[in-house]
Amino acid sequence: MFGPLTVKPKNSKGDKTGSWRTLLRPHYLHKNCIACKMCLMICPEGCVSGKEKNAFSVDYTFCKGCGLCADICPKKDITMVAEVLEEEVR
Amino acid sequence: MKEFVEGSHAIAEVVKSCQPGVISAYPITPQTHIVEDLAQMVSSGELKSQFVNVESEHSAASVVLGASATGVRVYTATSSQGLFYMQEVVFNIAGMRLPVVMTCANRAISAPINIWNDQQDSISLRDSGWFQIYAEDNQEAVDFHLIAYRLAEDKRVMLPVMVCMDGFILTHGMETVDIPEQDKVNKFLPVYKPLYKLDPADPISLGLLADPDYYMETRFAIQETMRESISYLSEISKEFNNAFGRDYKDLLVEEYQVKDAEKVIVAMGSVCGTIKEVVDEQRAKGKKVGLLRIISYRPFPYARIYEALKDVPKVAVLDKAVSLGAYAPVAVEIKSAFFGKKKGPKVISSFVGGLGGRDITMETIHEVFRRLGAKEVNFDFVDLKPELLKEGTPC
Amino acid sequence: MENSPLFKPGHTACAGCGQAVAARLVIEAAGANTIIANSTGCLEVFTTKYPETAWGVPWIHSLFENSAAVASGVEAALIYLGKKDKINVIAQGGDGSTGDIGLQAISGMLERGHDILYVCYDNEAYMNTGVQRSGLTPFDTNTTTSPASGLSSGNLRPKKPVPEICAAHGIPYVATASAGFPQDLTRKVKKAISTKGPKYIQVHVPCPLGWRHESNQMLPVAKMAVETGLYPLFEYEFGVLSGRKQIAPKPVEEYLRMQGRFKHLLNNPGEIRKIQDIADSNIKKYNLKLEAQAPNA
Repeated sequence: MFGPLTVKPKNSKGDKTGSWRTLLRPHYLHKNCIACKMCLMICPEGCVSGKEKNAFSVDYTFCKGCGLCADICPKKDITMVAEVLEEEVR
Repeated sequence: MKEFVEGSHAIAEVVKSCQPGVISAYPITPQTHIVEDLAQMVSSGELKSQFVNVESEHSAASVVLGASATGVRVYTATSSQGLFYMQEVVFNIAGMRLPVVMTCANRAISAPINIWNDQQDSISLRDSGWFQIYAEDNQEAVDFHLIAYRLAEDKRVMLPVMVCMDGFILTHGMETVDIPEQDKVNKFLPVYKPLYKLDPADPISLGLLADPDYYMETRFAIQETMRESISYLSEISKEFNNAFGRDYKDLLVEEYQVKDAEKVIVAMGSVCGTIKEVVDEQRAKGKKVGLLRIISYRPFPYARIYEALKDVPKVAVLDKAVSLGAYAPVAVEIKSAFFGKKKGPKVISSFVGGLGGRDITMETIHEVFRRLGAKEVNFDFVDLKPELLKEGTPC
Repeated sequence: MENSPLFKPGHTACAGCGQAVAARLVIEAAGANTIIANSTGCLEVFTTKYPETAWGVPWIHSLFENSAAVASGVEAALIYLGKKDKINVIAQGGDGSTGDIGLQAISGMLERGHDILYVCYDNEAYMNTGVQRSGLTPFDTNTTTSPASGLSSGNLRPKKPVPEICAAHGIPYVATASAGFPQDLTRKVKKAISTKGPKYIQVHVPCPLGWRHESNQMLPVAKMAVETGLYPLFEYEFGVLSGRKQIAPKPVEEYLRMQGRFKHLLNNPGEIRKIQDIADSNIKKYNLKLEAQAPNA
């Protein structure tokens, strides 16, 4: 008998930290992107994915809206826009 | 093979035969000879282990923790201050269910600094979740290390084991010991197969934060495992007897002339050898005395002790440790074995002796039997020197 | 990087946490064949709260001060199993667990020459327990145990030179890095991993909560620390300085005004002077100043 001791990464889904966003979320313009991958590198969550130019995207389930990707993009292709709250959508 | 050797060397030989992958220890009297011998064996190529010379006991325990978590059999040894320094790692190892085996060469605790034997060190770690088995002589010390690995690595157990042997008395005592042969050890002790380990092929996270919703079950699990292990000890003892021809019965206690005894002393460790001498002497004179030797201190064999002593009218517990401000540790657990039960001794007297290596002689044991009378001694020290209590006070 | 992430999203670091950025870059640079021994601290707490884990590599947390010793045990076991050549071992922790309580274990690990990379995430205080000062807290910083109030201008002791202490052990590689220079950090981790023996990398990681700046300011704050000379980026190999990032030094006040933890200094030119002296002495010691470019003929 062991109790709760170890966790395998494949069994861990993580917290839905996207719910932390209240004010802003990143918006990828997909216009001037040069696929430098800096947004992918700098994201503290690691929720930016992509390979080709103008094809990078954010997993909003996890994005906390910190704004580092928008800050680092050399082409200013990422802007921080108002967060779309559920109540407003309805 | 029988050899006339120093206890420490016998331990090094048996540890060598268990072939740990990683050994790490920090020098502290009286453990040093064990570790020096192992270093010699590694350097000569007799023992193919990684020997890590660390900068403290805390790191020694941490090294064996990390190595054990990586799926390798490990070994460390310490004493007294070293055991206390590594205390948080000791609790960590049990909490992570890693089958580490450690020799504790029992030694007194500072302050004042004292390098001689008592059992305060290991007894002070009784809450840790480690098994604690106490050897009476060097043959037991050797055998208990084999049993320790077998017990710790049992898939139903996966808990660390501390083999306790009295410092200097056993570690530096010369005795004839039968060192088990390698091929017999190989049969008795299977290759270590960890339940989980750090391996990029199948990653796990170990040592997570467990908040109030998760923590308590891990402690319950260790408690349950220890409770179940009372029967595993008998199982392993039988296997050991088949392999090596020495019978430790249930590995919980040894009853020495207890059956019809009117007075029994309860004790742990090498002092039991002395007590047996006195018991023999007194029995020859027709006195009905006996010794109940505790072998497994953790898990504490309450039911077994009840069975052994329920019909003995007078019991004296001789502790080599003290919980200052309260009680003697073994005595209080002996008493609790009978609380609320139908039968039990009329008198359970508690004595503390042998602290800081003060020799417990046959005369001391005679004195204990003498003082074990109709009137219970709630708690008392034996062999005190009253003249010292007049000096040394601050002025 | 995203298909089988070694540092998964869904961890509970503060938004914009410099340490999360750095920790992710470190393990991605080291790769999947890595075992991590982590100290107690923010990184351990926000990545592994049962039953979740952010780590896609084998990972162990023991105690606060022993990650270097635990890693030593992992490395020894791997050598025994004949697997060390294929598997990297990283020990990591914050500045408190590295330079204060864990300094003994690190020194032992370095002295014994284990093939381990130690990474220190330096956010300059005991952040996980609530922003208490550590041995690596810079001079004049406001923390809860070195408060800037009344008679005091904050932490009155200089920053403990842990990289230099490690370099003094003569190990193959020591470097300082910054979350504000992610590619430099990645390069340094890859260089360290490919070197045999003990390595130490100290990464400057801004903490929005403890340093009191906005979540999206991690990069400018981290860069400014380097650009003022307050956090020099350098490399030592076998105890000898082998590289440094040269800067066109900016005045320290530009760095101080970006963070609430230095707010109390802004109308105190005397203290700012002292901090400028620290930056100037770093610039001199490590020869950080960029040579003036010759005008094109």
